[in-house]
Order: sequence, then structure tokens, then C-alpha cells
Amino acid sequence: MKKIALASRLIGFSAVVGLIGLSTAAFAQKSSTDSIAEYRAMLQDGNPAELFEAKGEDLWKQKRGPKNVSLEACDLGKGAGVVKGAWVELPRYFSDTGRVQDLESRLVTCMQELQGFNGEEIAKTPFGKGEQSNVTALATWISAESKGMKFNLPQSHVEERKMYEVGKRLFFMRGGSHDFACATCHSQDDKRIRLQDLPNLTKNPGAGNGFGAWPAYRVSNGQMWGAQLRLNDCYRQQRFPYPMFGSDATIALGVFMGVNGKGGEATAPAIKR
Amino acid sequence: MNRKHTLALATLAALVLAACSTPTPSSAELDKLTQEVVARSFRAQGQAKLDRLSPDEDNRLCAESDQTGVALDPKVSEAIEARNMQTIKPPSDGKYLGDFKEGEKVAQSGAGKTWTDAEGSVNGGNCYNCHQISKEELSFGTLGPSLYNYGKMRGVTNPNSADAKPIVEYTWGKIQNARAYNACSNMPRFGHKGILTETQIKHVMALLLDPASPVNK
Repeated sequence: MKKIALASRLIGFSAVVGLIGLSTAAFAQKSSTDSIAEYRAMLQDGNPAELFEAKGEDLWKQKRGPKNVSLEACDLGKGAGVVKGAWVELPRYFSDTGRVQDLESRLVTCMQELQGFNGEEIAKTPFGKGEQSNVTALATWISAESKGMKFNLPQSHVEERKMYEVGKRLFFMRGGSHDFACATCHSQDDKRIRLQDLPNLTKNPGAGNGFGAWPAYRVSNGQMWGAQLRLNDCYRQQRFPYPMFGSDATIALGVFMGVNGKGGEATAPAIKR
Repeated sequence: MNRKHTLALATLAALVLAACSTPTPSSAELDKLTQEVVARSFRAQGQAKLDRLSPDEDNRLCAESDQTGVALDPKVSEAIEARNMQTIKPPSDGKYLGDFKEGEKVAQSGAGKTWTDAEGSVNGGNCYNCHQISKEELSFGTLGPSLYNYGKMRGVTNPNSADAKPIVEYTWGKIQNARAYNACSNMPRFGHKGILTETQIKHVMALLLDPASPVNK
């Protein structure tokens, strides 16, 4: 029943998007930032991310994989099976893997260790395909369970502190054909690319707002994007080579942004242009 | 039983001590660790090969300054600017300005050089991503200064005149290699890095400096 209601809301939602396309010229006459805020507020009313949340919750509880077990014993950092509040403390250090992990890479660990999936295969699967789309749905539900909570990434373990420092260096690293760093666009307040506002990810409120919004539903391509894909597409536009799924570079950047966003509110799953 | 407890406690104490006493590595060690992380985190995709991560001394120095918040020594900045100045060559046929209408197309396009762009496809200049340029385009970024009235504000009425020469040459150099004028500029080095062709740069020059361009209206 819930899904049917959601689907009908989606149809209404598409109509709204169509109308907005028609009135772009009128929009441009107003302050662009105000208009975009208005547009987002209209979209927020029917965020299709809810469909992915429902799918993620099902996937968490379903018996799946070669071992036919659920993920309910998965430890996301607050003990086996604890979902609420887990996301606002990730990435963090896990002693069983000896690594700092973000939500998506941790989910792959649980899918491998508990359910018997091949973690390496999942990591190599393109975004949006096969088990990768399931990881995104799971991350969407798990992040939604922390909605409204404040970011509080642990920095007590030396590996967590090292990853923060590595993430900081990666954030400022210039490279690629265009000499771009993350910092080129994301280290100043109140800047834009075209009409898109750029969060300053070196401090709050930008760090909490920016990091705390993903996974998010992207209206422009009708896709649900996890934090891994968000970072992947940043690196694509930076003209860097391809960052591998769950690689330490992506996790270190997550630690850098998440720690900078301490005290910021988790808004994921958000809706984006 | 008691001994077991004592042992367990001793182990725990040792673990806690180890955790507390592990010093955070030095800055140099963290730099090295970052290089190791980069080396194992990326793979080549399409035209975005791993050589795009190869160290570039100008970028390394600027990134270190950005990250630490310590400004570069003026001598270092001057050396970066001098190195980059050497890469700037005047136009092969002596003509600096092309067609402003073509320049507008180059300024609008953000295509090129990503792993999803076909190798050898035409690159854009990404200009509007960061700059206001013509008055008609409302969708412009603010990372760079506004370039609206660029030529007019600098008094360029005839780009071929001797009066206009310094500003024409400076603009040419800035687009070719912005780091020749500002060591750690965020602007891509369009000529030096082969992002735009000489012809494309001439068109962008016309967009900014031709008195007939909408930019100077």
C-alpha cells in the first residue's frame, strides 16, 4: 500500500518538474539562489528516495546470499544489528577488518562475511547495477535512520586520526589535466558553479550540509546516489583517474568532511537537482 | 580463575596503553602515507590515465600552502611564475583575436578530458562555470571575477592598436597559462596543458576584447 501511494506521488512529482522546466526563464528574473531554494522545497515534498529506503529496509531483513542469512547481525560500529545513529559516526575504525570504513564499504564487508557474497565482485560492479544497487538502497535506509541526528565521527583511534590527515591532504591535492583539487570549488563560502551553490567542506555549516546530504536522489538523472558515487563523479569532473569503490582515498575524504561537519545535522537521504 | 582475570586485565591495560601511546605520525610521514593511499586508490579509465596523478612541482607547492595555510615564500612564488611564463608563446601567425561568436561557444562548453569524454573530442573552456561573461547568460559561476565589459573597462577600442598591446598580450598569456601571473591561481592552464587549441583561445580572446562582442556592450 505504501509503495502504491508513493508511486502516485512520483507521478505528481514528475509533473511539477515539467512545469519548472517551462518557467525557467521567469525563474531567472528573480534571485537565482532564492528560486533554487524554492524549487528544492517543492521537491522535498515527494522525495523518491523513500522508495529506496523501503527497498533497503527489506534488504536488511531478508535472508539472502549463498549463506541465506539476513544482515541483522551486521555491526555498523555501534554493535551487531544497531542501525539507528550508526551513520552519523561513520567512517570509523573496525578492528575485525583492521580498516577505517565508510557505510558502503562496511555493508560490503557484512554482505561478504555474513551472507557469503563476494565482496571484491561487488566492489567491481558498476554503480546502479546488481548488488551495487542493493548497497545504495541499504545505505539510503540506514542513513535515513539517523535523520536529524548530529554528526559525531570518532577520532579516538590512531587510524581514524591518520585518515583525517590523509583526507585533508587529498582534499587540497591539485592534479589532472585542469589542476583541480576538491578545494578549488569547496574551500570558500558563498561560491557557485553556474547556478549551483558550492558548500565549503572545510568547516560547518558547509561540511555538515554537504557530507550529511548523501545518499541523495538526483532529479536531473532520476538516480539514487550514495556517497561513493557522489565522490566518484566529483573526481570525474576534476579530470582525475577513477577512484575505486571503497578505496582508502574515498574513505579518507569521508573522514575529513565528516569530522569537519561535527555537530551538523544529518539530512540524508536528500533530494538534489 | 584469578590468574586468568589478572592476565586478561594486564592484556587489556597493555592494549589501552598501546592505543594511547601510539603517536600521531609526523607531517612528512602523513605525506608519504597519502602518496601510498593515492597509489592504491585509483585506476585508469578512458582517457583519464594514472599519469594525471604524477607529481607536478607547481601543484605540490601550491597544495601544501593551501593545506597548511602558510603562504608561499615570495621567492618560491616568483620561481613558479617564471617557470610558467616560459611556456607562453605568441600566436603562430601573430593574430591574437578570432571570432567572438565562436568564443561564446567555447566559453559555454564544459566538455572534455573526463573519463566519459571520447579521446580527441573537442574540449570546452568551462569559462561560465566560474565567471560572469556576457550579460545575457544568467547562469554563471562566481569562483572567478566577472569578465563582463572586460575590454571596455580596460579602454580597448582597437585591439590591434599599440595602446591595446599590453592588455592583449596579458590576456593571451593569462588564458595560455594563468600560473605565470599568479603562482597558485585556481584557473586551468588552457594552453600549456593542451585543454584548448590556439584557434579556440583566439576565439575566447575575441569574446573578451573585440569591441563588437556582447561582453563589451
